[in-house]
Amino acid sequence: MVTGLRERAWEAAAAVKDPEVPVLTIEDLGVLRDVTVDGDRIRVDITPTYSGCPAMDTIRDDVELALIRAGFGEVEVRLVLAPAWTTDWMTEEGKRKLTEYGIAPPSGHAALRQAQGPVRISLGVRCPRCGSLDTRELSRFGSTSCKALYECRACLEPFDHFKVI
Amino acid sequence: MSAHDLDGAIDPHGDVSVDELALAAELAGSGERAASADIAEYALWLGDDALILSQQLGAWITYAPELEEDVALGNIALDLLGHARSFLRYAGSWDGRSEDDLAYFRDEAEFRSSWLVEQPNGDFAQTIARQFLVSTYMLELYSALRGSTDATFAAIAEKAVKEVDYHRDHAVQWVLRLAGGTAESRARIIRAFADVWPYAAELFRDDELIDRLGDAAVRPSSLQAGFDAVTEAVFAEAELDIPAGSASAGGGRHGSHATGLGHLLSEMQVLARRHPGATW
Repeated sequence: MVTGLRERAWEAAAAVKDPEVPVLTIEDLGVLRDVTVDGDRIRVDITPTYSGCPAMDTIRDDVELALIRAGFGEVEVRLVLAPAWTTDWMTEEGKRKLTEYGIAPPSGHAALRQAQGPVRISLGVRCPRCGSLDTRELSRFGSTSCKALYECRACLEPFDHFKVI
Repeated sequence: MSAHDLDGAIDPHGDVSVDELALAAELAGSGERAASADIAEYALWLGDDALILSQQLGAWITYAPELEEDVALGNIALDLLGHARSFLRYAGSWDGRSEDDLAYFRDEAEFRSSWLVEQPNGDFAQTIARQFLVSTYMLELYSALRGSTDATFAAIAEKAVKEVDYHRDHAVQWVLRLAGGTAESRARIIRAFADVWPYAAELFRDDELIDRLGDAAVRPSSLQAGFDAVTEAVFAEAELDIPAGSASAGGGRHGSHATGLGHLLSEMQVLARRHPGATW
């Protein structure tokens, strides 16, 4: 019974979309960390992608609303910092949806990045529009905290790349 | 800082609710309030450095040399504001003040920021020189703070370290570019480092507060070697000499600040003080 409740609560929370990348759910992003059921009380743990991410307030409200709409009465949404979010938690489904949306998904794993010294190399980033690997970074910082700005030398289109962190 | 609390309800200034305090502690991952006045004080050291630097960088938006740089400095400022919010919330959990109380309603002498972050933006080279020194220090600091015996500090650091890694990378790239660019850009970055270098020493000074905190804090002097190794490597690559000159007196950790801080605070705080409780 309790397990069934938790699954229903997870399902409701997991369907909440990221307000800045509306094709991704918070589950795809790895922002949804845990759902616990304690009697009638549902507690949902979410974690910010970046410390200053302004979308967290909206996500928090949306999760609460989604659970209330799904029939849960007492809902608590907690923001937790540890363990720190990493792009490694993004689901394969999430990466596929990002590409379709026109954003290049994170390339490689966060651990590889951290193993490097002060001078970096980056892995090739595939253009989400034409698929070419002939791309270059225009700026390591983009339209939101989580993205860098790239351009494709094959189709000449600029695009966002979800940074590895 | 958000004019709304994280529950989405309007948060009239000065009306610190129990919920807000609980949220402050839970955001940091510990579910507890700051353990002591010393812990809260150390949180102010770290939070104020991040807050003041964030405010400085925000002033570049629409003024940077290129659009991408407006975006980069704006994003770095946003990350720093996130770190500041976490630290200030934690600091305030000790005596019931909110992050906004601490950011907007403290006077200059109550701030604990270091002189380096208080140095003016100057030209782009000066901002980059300051940014390189601060982000190199912060990366060393947060790497070490991950091992803090204080769970909240460890959690904030675990998150911040990955972001500051990008900040240092950004600054390194610009130091190399300015040093290896035109005669003008090279002259400017040399002058910029000469101007800001003396203020870095304060970041590595130990203090009685640190002695009392033990393994909950990071001993500033322990970060010097890592900082030196990175600056030497980058300066060698950029073919720059480490600036000579004596260290500045500093005093920010005890409320004695560089000239620019008062102006910066008056601009940062004017709206909140003129219209207490303003929301949008």
